[in-house]
Amino acid sequence: MGTYLFYFLVYPGFLFAAVIGALLSWFDRKITARVQFRKGPPLLQPFYDFFKLLLVKETILPARGAKGVFLASPVFAVFGATMAGVFILLPLLNITSGFHGDLIVIFYLLTIPSLTYVIGALSSGNPLAAVGASREMKLILSYELTFLLVMAGIIIKADQSIDLYQIIQIQQNGTPFIGSISGVLLFLVAIFCLQAKLGLVPFDMPEAETEISDGIFIEYSGTPYAMIKLSKYILLFILPAFIMALLMNGTKLEGIGILWAVLKLVAVVLLLTLIRNTNPRVKIKQAIRFFFVWMNLLAIIAIVLAIFGL
Amino acid sequence: MFHFGGASCNNCDIEILACLTPRYDVERFGMLLVGSIRHADVLLVNGSINKKDKPRLLEIYEQAPKPVLVVAIGACGCTGGIFAEGNTFAGPVDKIIPVDAYIPGCPPKPEAILAGIVKLLGKN
Repeated sequence: MGTYLFYFLVYPGFLFAAVIGALLSWFDRKITARVQFRKGPPLLQPFYDFFKLLLVKETILPARGAKGVFLASPVFAVFGATMAGVFILLPLLNITSGFHGDLIVIFYLLTIPSLTYVIGALSSGNPLAAVGASREMKLILSYELTFLLVMAGIIIKADQSIDLYQIIQIQQNGTPFIGSISGVLLFLVAIFCLQAKLGLVPFDMPEAETEISDGIFIEYSGTPYAMIKLSKYILLFILPAFIMALLMNGTKLEGIGILWAVLKLVAVVLLLTLIRNTNPRVKIKQAIRFFFVWMNLLAIIAIVLAIFGL
Repeated sequence: MFHFGGASCNNCDIEILACLTPRYDVERFGMLLVGSIRHADVLLVNGSINKKDKPRLLEIYEQAPKPVLVVAIGACGCTGGIFAEGNTFAGPVDKIIPVDAYIPGCPPKPEAILAGIVKLLGKN
């Protein structure tokens, strides 16, 4: 029991994921600034932001909203992100959880943050939040099928295994999945799914600052907003980590392996940031079309190639 | 920080926007322009506040989670400037809401705006 609590709360769960996620969020902001020829924020800025919201700022409840749901949904977002994080990071750090079939559970847990954002936005009673929530729902509908297809491709490549630990072991004993044509295609599709899951720029229409002023998060302030920031930090760490586990060989935590792990993580986040900085925000219709037609097509091609062992 | 433009001649708005650009880059101090007043710590008010603006400014100020810092930018925001004796003028910003920093100038330079905001950072 004690070890499980330690896994959940400290390492590799809540605390570890939150700290690494906050640092990655700084990295994301810094790279964004460098791309725009600015200097960017100081290293500890995400921590300042978080603690300022948590401890100093006032929490305002919407007058006509469902207050209980409004306050509960950020907590559930953090819980979902942390839970998914534990399931992803345990196999990634070569600790077997002894749980076969965790890939399916991770898939469902990863949808919890997005769903709770929708519920929180709808319970706030703000019309702009409702617009944001409807966009987020459409976005979830469009990328979930694609993400499922990516996982199907991985499962086929890993000899029908749905155990994340085993998938990593298969890659470490052979070649990483990204070293094949189908692997490259799956990586490409997965990167765009992550972009949508994280709400980064080509797919940030739920929170579009310029048109619906932060959309789904518009009514949040103070501690609940700190919780939302925290869940975003955690997601920014665990989703690239998930890609690492699925396609890029996982990690070996000994000697030079640690450096490789960090480099792979940073490379994936860098890719996400660069996509974010070089693209405009698409319309929701275009996003749905993008995922339903093109990304699904790529994923299916990758699955067919994987069946033929390419 | 959140930007509330009163009945401005648009000149201060442009200078505020200049603070976000690569040359001045207010994110060096960890500040970002946010879309919703609920996420703001600093409320920038510029332009002369006329009778139509006054209730809106009050509404925005009440919606902001406290503690929030208010910065009056430009001659119009600080004192009313050339509009101070106008018919529709509803008073400089500090007659309506408490102001933490005044940045005078018509328009103030981006350096001046940055200097004012950084002084506020140092105070807290």
